[in-house]
Amino acid sequence: MSWEIVIGLEIHVQLATQSKLFSGAKVGFGAQPNTQTTLVDLGMPGALPVFNEAALRMAVAFGTAIDAEVCKHSVFARKNYFYPDSPKGYQTSQMDHPIVGLGHLDIQLEDGTTKRIGVTRAHLEEDAGKSLHEDYDGMTGIDLNRSSTPLLEIVSEPDLRTAKEAVAYMRKMHAIVTTIGISDGNMAEGSMRCDANVSIRQKGQQKLGTRAELKNINSFKFIERAINIEVQRQIDILEDGGHVHQETRLYDADKNETRPMRSKEEANDYRYFPCPDLLPIEIDEAYIDAIRQSLPELPDQRSARFVSQLNLSPYDAGVLSASRGLADYFESVVAVCNDPKLSANWVTGELAKYMNQNNLEIDAIPLSALQLGQLISRIQDDTISGKGAKTVFDELWNNAGEVDAIIDAKGLKQVSDQGAIEALVDDVIAQSSKQVQQYIDAAADKRGKMLGFFMGQVMKASMGSANPGQVNALLKQKLDALC
Amino acid sequence: MTHKTLVQISKDLAAGDYSSRELTQDVIADIKARDSIYNSFISVSEDLALRQADAADARISAGTADILTGVPFAHKDLFCTQGHATTAASKMLEHFVPPYESTVGQRLLSAGAVCVGKTNMDEFAMGSSNESSYFGVVKNPWDLMAVPGGSSGGSAAAVAAGLVPAATGTDTGGSIRQPASFCNLTGIKPTYGRVSRFGIIAYASSLDQAGPMCQTAEDAALMLNAMAGFDEQDSTSVQLDTPDFTADLNLPLQGLKVGLPKEFFGPGLNPQVAECVMTAVKQIESLGAQIIDISLPNLELSIPAYYVIAPSEASSNLSRFDGVRYGHRCDQPQDLMDLYCRTRAEGFGTEVKRRIMVGTYALSEGYYDAYYVKAQRIRRLIKNDFARALAQVDVIMGPVAPTPAFDLGSNTKDPVAMYLEDIYTLSANMAGIPAMSAPAGFVNGRPVGLHIMGNYFNEAKLLNIAHQYQQITDWHLQTPATNPAKEA
Repeated sequence: MSWEIVIGLEIHVQLATQSKLFSGAKVGFGAQPNTQTTLVDLGMPGALPVFNEAALRMAVAFGTAIDAEVCKHSVFARKNYFYPDSPKGYQTSQMDHPIVGLGHLDIQLEDGTTKRIGVTRAHLEEDAGKSLHEDYDGMTGIDLNRSSTPLLEIVSEPDLRTAKEAVAYMRKMHAIVTTIGISDGNMAEGSMRCDANVSIRQKGQQKLGTRAELKNINSFKFIERAINIEVQRQIDILEDGGHVHQETRLYDADKNETRPMRSKEEANDYRYFPCPDLLPIEIDEAYIDAIRQSLPELPDQRSARFVSQLNLSPYDAGVLSASRGLADYFESVVAVCNDPKLSANWVTGELAKYMNQNNLEIDAIPLSALQLGQLISRIQDDTISGKGAKTVFDELWNNAGEVDAIIDAKGLKQVSDQGAIEALVDDVIAQSSKQVQQYIDAAADKRGKMLGFFMGQVMKASMGSANPGQVNALLKQKLDALC
Repeated sequence: MTHKTLVQISKDLAAGDYSSRELTQDVIADIKARDSIYNSFISVSEDLALRQADAADARISAGTADILTGVPFAHKDLFCTQGHATTAASKMLEHFVPPYESTVGQRLLSAGAVCVGKTNMDEFAMGSSNESSYFGVVKNPWDLMAVPGGSSGGSAAAVAAGLVPAATGTDTGGSIRQPASFCNLTGIKPTYGRVSRFGIIAYASSLDQAGPMCQTAEDAALMLNAMAGFDEQDSTSVQLDTPDFTADLNLPLQGLKVGLPKEFFGPGLNPQVAECVMTAVKQIESLGAQIIDISLPNLELSIPAYYVIAPSEASSNLSRFDGVRYGHRCDQPQDLMDLYCRTRAEGFGTEVKRRIMVGTYALSEGYYDAYYVKAQRIRRLIKNDFARALAQVDVIMGPVAPTPAFDLGSNTKDPVAMYLEDIYTLSANMAGIPAMSAPAGFVNGRPVGLHIMGNYFNEAKLLNIAHQYQQITDWHLQTPATNPAKEA
C-alpha cells in the first residue's frame, strides 16, 4: 500500500527581547532558579501584566518578512490549565485574534525545485516555567525564570509531505528569524522548538488521517527522526488493520521512539477567553510599514544576490544564506580574500564539516572570518597548496594562532621557484627511466594518466612543498619533449 | 475622635490639638474596645500604624504635611499591604503576608495617611452582605441584626461605627455603593481605569475598581485625590491627568440635568426606599436641577450578564491559589491532583466555590458562545444604554439597592435572592462609568442611599452633587450614636 505523509509544524520561537513579555524581569538562560522573576512572573495576588512592546515589533517584523497579513487588532487570551510551572493557572496567549494571519514560506527541495508552504498564523504567548524533577529527592522544584518569556508560535498549514521538507521548512524559519534578529535561534537552549502534527493517508485520498502531535522537538536532526519514526509507527498500525489515536506524543531521542504523554500533562478544555488585564493591541498601517521598511535583507534576497553578484551556484547560495550568522561569516571571508567561489567552497566544505563534527553553530566556532579569509588568500597567491591549507585550518581550529606563522612553523610554504622545481623534475625524470619509456610508448591520450606517477615522485621529493600546478606543467613539457 | 470627619481631623492635626501618634493610639484602642461588636476588622496593624504615625508627625512639624498626613484609615483586606497579612477574608490567604504594597496603598501612604488595619469583607469580594467571610459576619452599626452590605462590609461598618474616618473599598458590582447605602456613608466607585488595580487581589478584572468610603462627599473627594492616577503597572489604568476632585464641590447645581430611569423604580423596589430617593431627588431639583424621565431598557439583563462575566473572570483569576507557591496548602498531598483538589476544597468558602464553578462552566467548550459571548453582547447593550442616556442628561439617579439593609442570615440560603440585591449597581460596573452612594434617609432606622451615576471620568460632578446635597441635608451627619434606636 502506498502512503502519503501529511505534516504541519507549530514552531515556538523565543523572541530576543531584553525583558519578559509581561514583566520587567530579564530574559536569560542559565541563571539560578527563580532569580529572574517579578511578582508578575510568580503569579502573586494582585500582580498585573504589562505588555512589552518590543515583542510586538518583533512579531510584526516576522509577519512582514513572510509576506503575511499583520492584524491591526489582536487580543490576548487566557489559556486556563493547572500545572505547577504555570504560576497563574493560565497562560496568556492569543486565540481568536492573533497578531499575524495568513502568510507563506518557500522552501528548496532536494531536487532543486521550490515549494510554497502556507503559514496559517503566528501569535504571541508567554512561556511557562520549568518543573525540575531530578534534583529534589521525591519532590519537584519549580523554576519560574522562564515564566513569561516571550514566544512567537508559528503555525503552518499541513502542506509538508516528508520529514525532509519539515526540516527544510524549519531551517528556513530559523534563517528568517535569525536574519531579522527577532530570535537567537539557539535550539540547544530552547530558543526554537517545534511540535509536529503527523498523519498519513492513502495516496490519492483527500481526507486527512488521524494525527498525532509530537511535542517539543528541539533540533533539526530530531525533527527528521521523530517524524520518520512516527510515520512508521502509524503505517504499522494501519497496515495491521488498527486505528491511529489522536493524541500528544513525546519523542524520546535516547530511545529513538515516540510515546504518548501522560494524560495528566494534557488538559482537554483550556477555556480560552480574552484576558481582561490587557487591552487589545491596536496598530495602524504606518506602524507596520515602518517595520517593513526597516527589515534587513531576507534569506531569499540574499541568496539571489549571492548568485547574481558573486556568481555562486544557486545551491551554494541557498546553503550560505540559510542562517544570518553563516551568511555574515561568508561575506566577511569574501571581504578579506575577494574570492567568492573559493570562500563558498571552504565555508560549505571544510568549515561545515568541522562544525558538524564538533556540533557547533557558526557563532561558537574558534576560527574568525578574518583568519579563514587570510588562509584563502594564501591559496590564491600560491603560498600554500589546498592540501597545506587544510593542515593550517586544522591547526587554527584546534590550537588557534596566526595564519602565516602556522605556514612557516609547519613548513607548508610551496616552492614556486621555477629553477628549484625544474631541478627536482629533472632528477625524477633521470631516475625513472623505465616509467619514462612507458610514457613515450603510450598512446597520446593515455599519457595524461601516467603523469600522476611523476607528480607523486616530485611532490615526495619536495616534501609536499612544490607548487603542484608548476610541477604538473613542467613535467608535461619535459616528458612530451622526449616523445 | 469618634465620627469626626477627615477634614476636621486634618485641621486638628495641623493645629496641634493632638499628634497622629496619639490619634492612632486612640483609634487602635477604640477598635480593640468596640470592634468585637461589629467584627469590622480582620487585623489591626499597630506597629506599622504607629511607625506611619510618627513619620506623619515629623512631616506635620516639618511643614511638609499633605491634607491626609497623619489621618488614620482602614484598608479593605483585598489590598496587598507590604509586611502585613492580606487575607481577602479567605482561609486560602489566612497567613499570606505580601512583600509588596498595592498602588492605592502606596499612594495613600505617600500622602501620609496611617493604615490602622485591614477590614473584613466577603471572601474574595464575592457577596453583597459580608456573610461569606472566613473571619465571620460583620454587623451593621445601625442595627446589629442587619448586614452591613458587601463586599466592603467591614470598611462600611468601621466608618459607620466611628472607628475610622475613612476606609478603602472595591466595587465590582456594587461593593462600595451598597454597603455605603446600608451604613449611611458616602462612597464612590470611580470610572474603570481611574484607580490602579495593581496589588488589589483580583475578583473580576474588567469590573473591579477601588474607591473611598467616608462620611462626607468632601472627605471622599480628598481620599480619591490620593488614590486615583495613572499607573504603568496596570495596563487598564487610564493615562489621564487626575483633577482635584474637591475643585468643583461648591459649583451650583443650576441647570443640572438629572435622569431618572423608569427601570430603577419598578416593582421590586421597596416603596419606602423609593420615597427616600424621590425626596432626595426633589431636594436636588430645588437646587436648580431639571429632572428628566429616561430609560435604560437593558438594565434587567445586567444580573444574568454580570453573573456570567464576573464568575468567568474569577474562575481564572483564582486559579493561582493552588497551594504551590503561597497561601493554604493541604496536609500531606498524595499527588499533584490531590494537592490541587484538597487545597482548594479546604481553602475556599461556599460562595467562592459556587462562582468558580459557574465561571468554569460558562467558559467551557460548547457553552462559551451561549454564555460568555452572549453576556459580553449584553454588556455592550448596557453600555450603549448609558451612552444614549448620558447624551441626554448629566447624571442618572435612583436607589442603590431595592431595600435597606436586610437581616443577617435572611438571604444566605438563596444565592439568587442575594444576587437580585445588586440589580441597580451592576450596570455601572458593566459600563465602566463612575457611580456613588450618598446618605438620603432612613427606613425603620436603617439607612438608605441615593445612587448617582455619571459619565466617564466625571467623578467631580458626582461629588459636587453629593456635596451640594449634603449642604442642605444632615443625613450624612447622623451616626448610630445620635440615632441609637436599634443599637443592641
